[in-house]
Amino acid sequence: MYQYDQFDQTLVEERVAQFRDQTRRFLAGALTEDQFRPLRLMNGLYIQRHAPMLRVAIPYGLLASRQLRKLAEIATRYDRGYGHFTTRQNIQYNWPTLESVPDILAELASVQMHAIQTSGNCIRNVTSDHLAGVTPDELEDPRPYCEIIRQWSTLHPEFAFLPRKFKIAVSGAARDRAATQVHDIGLQLVRNDNGEIGFEVLVGGGLGRTPMIGQTVRPFLEKRHLLSYLEAILRVYNLHGRRDNKYKARVKILLKETGAEEFTRQVEAEWAHIRDGMELDSAEIERVSRQFAPPAYEAAAAAPATSDDPAFAAWYRRNTAAHKVAGYRVVFVSLKPSGIAPGDMTAAQMEAVADLADRYSFGEIRVTHTQNLVLADVRESDLAALWQALASLGLATPNIGTATDMICCPGLDFCSLANASSIPIALEIQQRLEDFDYLFDLGDIRINLSGCMNGCGHHTVGHIGILGVDKKGEEWYQLTLGGSSANDASLGERLGPALAKDQVAGAVEQILSTYVRLREAGESFLDTVRRTGIEPFQETVYASH
Amino acid sequence: MQVIRDGHLVADHWQHLDDDSPAGAGPCTVSCRRWLAERGALADHGSAIGIRLTGDDDIAAIAADLAGFALVVIEFPAMADGRGFSLARLLRDRYGYRGELRARGLFIRDQVFFLSRVGVNAFECGVGSDPEELLAALGEFSVKYQASADEAQPIYRKHSRSA
Repeated sequence: MYQYDQFDQTLVEERVAQFRDQTRRFLAGALTEDQFRPLRLMNGLYIQRHAPMLRVAIPYGLLASRQLRKLAEIATRYDRGYGHFTTRQNIQYNWPTLESVPDILAELASVQMHAIQTSGNCIRNVTSDHLAGVTPDELEDPRPYCEIIRQWSTLHPEFAFLPRKFKIAVSGAARDRAATQVHDIGLQLVRNDNGEIGFEVLVGGGLGRTPMIGQTVRPFLEKRHLLSYLEAILRVYNLHGRRDNKYKARVKILLKETGAEEFTRQVEAEWAHIRDGMELDSAEIERVSRQFAPPAYEAAAAAPATSDDPAFAAWYRRNTAAHKVAGYRVVFVSLKPSGIAPGDMTAAQMEAVADLADRYSFGEIRVTHTQNLVLADVRESDLAALWQALASLGLATPNIGTATDMICCPGLDFCSLANASSIPIALEIQQRLEDFDYLFDLGDIRINLSGCMNGCGHHTVGHIGILGVDKKGEEWYQLTLGGSSANDASLGERLGPALAKDQVAGAVEQILSTYVRLREAGESFLDTVRRTGIEPFQETVYASH
Repeated sequence: MQVIRDGHLVADHWQHLDDDSPAGAGPCTVSCRRWLAERGALADHGSAIGIRLTGDDDIAAIAADLAGFALVVIEFPAMADGRGFSLARLLRDRYGYRGELRARGLFIRDQVFFLSRVGVNAFECGVGSDPEELLAALGEFSVKYQASADEAQPIYRKHSRSA
């Protein structure tokens, strides 16, 4: 993975010093709350319901074991012994004190980490495919480009005060696991008719209160033009994005109001001015790419170690995935055991997984946007031992990709934006789906929950989406069906009137049993909903209410 | 009044005229709107003339006049209005303006480093802001990844980097 050189290290250290001084001036009354807000947000610091929340960047979801150990240490020392992994591959701490944040940032800098631009109206942490570099369906590893974009966007002087937040995702595989179509910019590595690899550029995707699927503004962009094209998009957005209404300030609204054709024309016109002056050198791409070179895989191990335990077989089926190198598998660490808020992990679990990564997966860990972890390079012969170790940590629930592998925002329990709780709903759904045979029979299902329409829990692109709304001080829930953030991206369709809190888990059960009744042989939940439409599901859910 | 210009605190004698005040003796700036309406008369008023721009103004409309301005002011009506950063880049990199480019209004100390990178070389110290603090903020970072108005090359072309 990418290792900081002296320049990267100096920058994060200078950033710590800057934030330490900003915090000091705020506490001394020299900065007003209004002045301090954008500054602290650009260091990932929110003031939340109970305490400040600090969001730490995990660039494109990649962590070294020593970094995960540091995250554990921070959780122990400055928080309440746990952290929460987010849908943007970051980690959040819910209980630090404001005064301790500069020290936390200094701890992070000591292991080449930071919280720069994890919030605020700026270019956010770039996200990517959690199987980058190891998946058989990959055209090219997207992570070098993510790192190049990370550096370009870090403290970019022109784009630190955008109309609104700006998210970029990059994918290099046939299957889009990075939700590129619902990002402000989605970059998909593609091969053109001449056999060259470049980027398809999508703009204007996004969730939140006006969800939209991104549109292709350039079907093929040569690699050397990557940064100039991004700069052109950002400049058009910075100058023309709406600043009068924060709910209409994302680039998706600019694209919609301007029209995709006119927006594209403006971007291309801006790009024509700057493209030749800011080409990305191939030597720089190669320099960064070398840091993502594959680890020293061994020649295919002998017979894979198996276990007769049916629980191992279930775990293998759901929680491991194919690796491009024979003899290796990708292992998912499920952060969705029953009874735990999705994405939460204790410091002890972090330390243990860091040890397991050292022992079994070249010391690297990835974070998925579905709030699980991945050990990407595990020898098949080590799987049984790793499974046992993970099981003893409560991290081997065989539910990856199933109905209990829910994406869930912190909701009303922690977040000051939320209208309704989301974690208790997720826990209740988990509780009702504890029968693994049923869960496996249901197959691949994505249930996403958000506690407000800002949509951090990606509810609009859940196969089943659950959105918490406030009705006269009570928590109600709006259900949608048929959303997806994969290649076949679509926005979920509203099922009907919002449901009371105590009816949501039951309605989900009814939706799932309706699917079982309607499905054709081998048909997934999403395919069934797309074939039948939502009517049969409406009938079941609302007949009883 | 004092301003920071090219890293030094200096006395300043520019007057910023509102749209109704007559242009008197001495250097003065006018809004973009006024310039477009009265540019003939203003150009002849006998002293140095400057223009004040906001994010709503179309730089292309005054591009041909830029060489005649001794000062271009970018107004920051709010700290969060980041359009001025792109205006500055365009003035320097697209339209080749080489004179004094000054930030004025509600920008704060913590934006000074970014402003200096997009081509702003002068800062009007607002009420309550400490000029020494603004000066210190100019050097807050020694690492600049990107090319911008202040650096023609990205960091990797200027330094040998590892791996």
